[in-house]
Amino acid sequence: MNRQSLAPGLDGQEAGIAARPAARGRGRVRRSFRVEPWTLIWIGATLILLFLVIAPMLRLLISSLQSTDTGAFTLENYVIAYGNQRRLIGLGNSLLYGGAVVLVSIGFAVPLAWAVARTDMPGKSVVRATVLGAFITPSYLGAIGWILLAGPNAGWINRAWKAVTGADTGLFDVYSFAGLVLVTALYAFPYIFVFTADALDRVSSEMEEAAHILGMSPLRTVFKVTLPLVLPAVLGGSIIVFLDTVALFGTPAVIALPARINIMTLQLWQFFEFPVRAEAAAAYAVPLVLITMAMLALQRLILGRKGYVSLTGKGGGRHHMALGRLRWPVLGLCLVVCSLAVFLPYAALAQAAFSRAWGQGFSFANLTFGNFAYLFKEASSRQIILNTFTYSAATACVAVVLALIVAYVVSRRLVPFGGVLAGLCMAPLVVPGIVLAIGFYAVYSTPPLALYGTAAILVLGFTTRFLPIAFANCMAGLRSLNPEMEEAVRILGGSRLLAVRRVVVPLLKKSLVGTWLLVFIPASRELSTAIFLVAAKTRVISVMILDLSENGSFELLAALGFFLLGVTILIVLLGYRLVGRDFLLRKA
Amino acid sequence: MNATALPATQDAAALPRLSLERITCKFGPYVAVDSLDLDIMPGEFVSLLGPSGCGKTTTLRMIAGFIKPSDGTIRMDGAAISSAAATLPPEKRQMSMIFQSYAVWPNMTIGENVAFGLKLRRMDRETIAAKVREVLATVHLDHLADRYPAELSGGQQQRVALARAIVIRPRVLLLDEPLSNLDANLREEMRYEIRRLHDAFNFTTVYVTHDQSEAMVTSDRIAVMNKGRIEQIDAPYLLYTRPRTRFVAGFIGRTNLIEGVPDGASVRFDGFSLPRAAFEHGGDHFDDTVQLSIRPQSIALRRSPPPDGAVLAIESRLVERAFLGESWDYIVAPVGSGLRLRVAAVPSELFEVGDAVWLVLDPQQMMVVV
Repeated sequence: MNRQSLAPGLDGQEAGIAARPAARGRGRVRRSFRVEPWTLIWIGATLILLFLVIAPMLRLLISSLQSTDTGAFTLENYVIAYGNQRRLIGLGNSLLYGGAVVLVSIGFAVPLAWAVARTDMPGKSVVRATVLGAFITPSYLGAIGWILLAGPNAGWINRAWKAVTGADTGLFDVYSFAGLVLVTALYAFPYIFVFTADALDRVSSEMEEAAHILGMSPLRTVFKVTLPLVLPAVLGGSIIVFLDTVALFGTPAVIALPARINIMTLQLWQFFEFPVRAEAAAAYAVPLVLITMAMLALQRLILGRKGYVSLTGKGGGRHHMALGRLRWPVLGLCLVVCSLAVFLPYAALAQAAFSRAWGQGFSFANLTFGNFAYLFKEASSRQIILNTFTYSAATACVAVVLALIVAYVVSRRLVPFGGVLAGLCMAPLVVPGIVLAIGFYAVYSTPPLALYGTAAILVLGFTTRFLPIAFANCMAGLRSLNPEMEEAVRILGGSRLLAVRRVVVPLLKKSLVGTWLLVFIPASRELSTAIFLVAAKTRVISVMILDLSENGSFELLAALGFFLLGVTILIVLLGYRLVGRDFLLRKA
Repeated sequence: MNATALPATQDAAALPRLSLERITCKFGPYVAVDSLDLDIMPGEFVSLLGPSGCGKTTTLRMIAGFIKPSDGTIRMDGAAISSAAATLPPEKRQMSMIFQSYAVWPNMTIGENVAFGLKLRRMDRETIAAKVREVLATVHLDHLADRYPAELSGGQQQRVALARAIVIRPRVLLLDEPLSNLDANLREEMRYEIRRLHDAFNFTTVYVTHDQSEAMVTSDRIAVMNKGRIEQIDAPYLLYTRPRTRFVAGFIGRTNLIEGVPDGASVRFDGFSLPRAAFEHGGDHFDDTVQLSIRPQSIALRRSPPPDGAVLAIESRLVERAFLGESWDYIVAPVGSGLRLRVAAVPSELFEVGDAVWLVLDPQQMMVVV
């Protein structure tokens, strides 16, 4: 059949990429071992990962085993850290605090998620939007809102209570363990809400109908069928809440510190007061890392048992349960949670932001825009605002680029040790921000890399902290991309780098923008890492808010908080436009 | 008939475009491709046909350079391009490939997709524009050059992939199950389209498919693969009429496999025998028990025994039937035999279940398979 030799011109002469391989013989194969630019890029990325993730963690571990003075191997730091009843109580309190916050958060989140996902309750979009509002509120800001509401003497709720009932003492003192737990849970429960609502959305109504047809009442079905099906999701969210709470610094700093409640993260901070005992801090931090690792392993185990949750997309529609006359009372309960988390504290903060002195209450004489004006007039606060957004933007850029490179190398199996690289990117997840900061401080405050006091150390610290978010999102994006898209570039004569530039990045544009925002938002309010790494010239909004709260300048603080929230909301709306509505509340 | 063993002349014209020598690919302990030899001449269209997991896509991807062989060498025009020691990256092979998912880049227009390979070859703008126009006309998409892939149907995207692959005039064109995502009618149309394009441009082509009719329409030769090896490589007609293994006989079309024992001047089957001399080569290659493949189309049915006895007819009973539209599918049991033979008959040859029939077997069409 068609065996005549190829016509001229069909034979690579036009191709112009390389001459006929035959002309050069075997040598060509060997020459292809020339280092590709792509190879240099991923080697660079791997080195950066070692620098960002391994160095601080290793240093933390080594420091914890070194004598402060001589540097010799010793266990004395562990003795200092734990040979003290106060610090042991701090550890215990932290665990108690985490557990209590989880229970209260489940109490808020599960009923709300059920009402929103599976019933015909009115006003669902308001509830969802408010939960999103709680989600994007920095918890320390919410905590300050609650100080204004439930401070023992001047808090609005307590003042109103005393005025109405004539009692001597207020209704609720936020400076208490209960106050600490409530305030933390109000800004932690959205995690459980997101996980649970997502799982509830996927449970087929046929599961419930199967129970009804066998004679089970609707209410029993909820408890016997629906909720058990989403239990793994609830547990998964709970573990995140627990870890977040145990590692939390901001809310404890504004509430537990004045209330003299001793918890672990505050202890860690106190190691850095004069005389600085960084080695003891390192020793004290190691269990926190171990707890986190164990809990995340547990979470993987729970969420990995897929067969338990029937997450099949098929099989019938999702019918909403008719609540009948109960529709409005259920909405009322949801709105109570919304009020506690968003409406009330925001009202209190708004009042303070526009007041000369917040305690003087609502009067025309007390109204001022001076707090906002001051923020933008004062050079130092302008600098702080500029710092915050520059550092966050730089962090988001570095994290996205680094995560994309590593995710590409891992997902396309370009190196045999891809799993190790992925592990490095996700490792910061097991390191609470405050511990990470201590590690960074330990490595980069001394030569050869004396970065302490520079903007770079903040950007690098934030990048490490939020690298897992960026990496998980890049991996998800790359997984959705058929590798044949890149292979088509290569077989036509383009290098891998060209394939990434011309095909991968343009196709993942949306997902990369979403990832950028998902890093930018938490970086702009990050406190626990920043508190150890800032210097006079590199202060950021979160640190300034903490300082203002110590000084009791709640009016200025509220104005600054509102400004931060305003910017966040603008960015979230921008994200909605660019990327789509689900980019923020997606389970990562 | 062994087409892999082409005459080993040293004449440059007879040098295969692609030559796979003892190519092996292992994934851990799993051997995906097992010491495979294959020569493909310039301008030839060869299909790799086999069930999923037979190693055909792995072989194609080794030819493309996406997978490195664990052992063996792949040569293009005599020069080694792949071996366990070194592999020329895909971008340096001057091949092109059509992927199962089409892999048409959704962020570029049809024109940009097709021009991509030409731009990489640093051609000037006018040449590129002319070539893109020309190739899009060839695949009947010239009016869609400014559209984006998402606006095109699956069949049109397939043509874009085809245009993008051939416009660079590849040294070897690779196709990885390119039609498997199309609906049945379009698939049938595209088979002929691919063959027409091959006849027009004469690219050396390797085509991977699990669909035998696709391979038969398009190919000069088909390599039937099973468990990482080539079972048989032949022209489609020979593959069908002269299968050499049970696997090939069963995979290409349907067949009856029956066991025969040479017994002096005849060959004994379960319940009947046929004269040995009537078989190909006088049956002299039958040593012990042999497996024979006979196609349902090669068996005729008669209502009565042939009067003169010149034709070998076996008294049988019809036990099952099904009407398939284009033919009857009859299952026939020779009297006194445990055999059940499948016979295909034209719709007008109507028999009822239970009818006594006479089977007419042509020993020349009974092929020994291993």
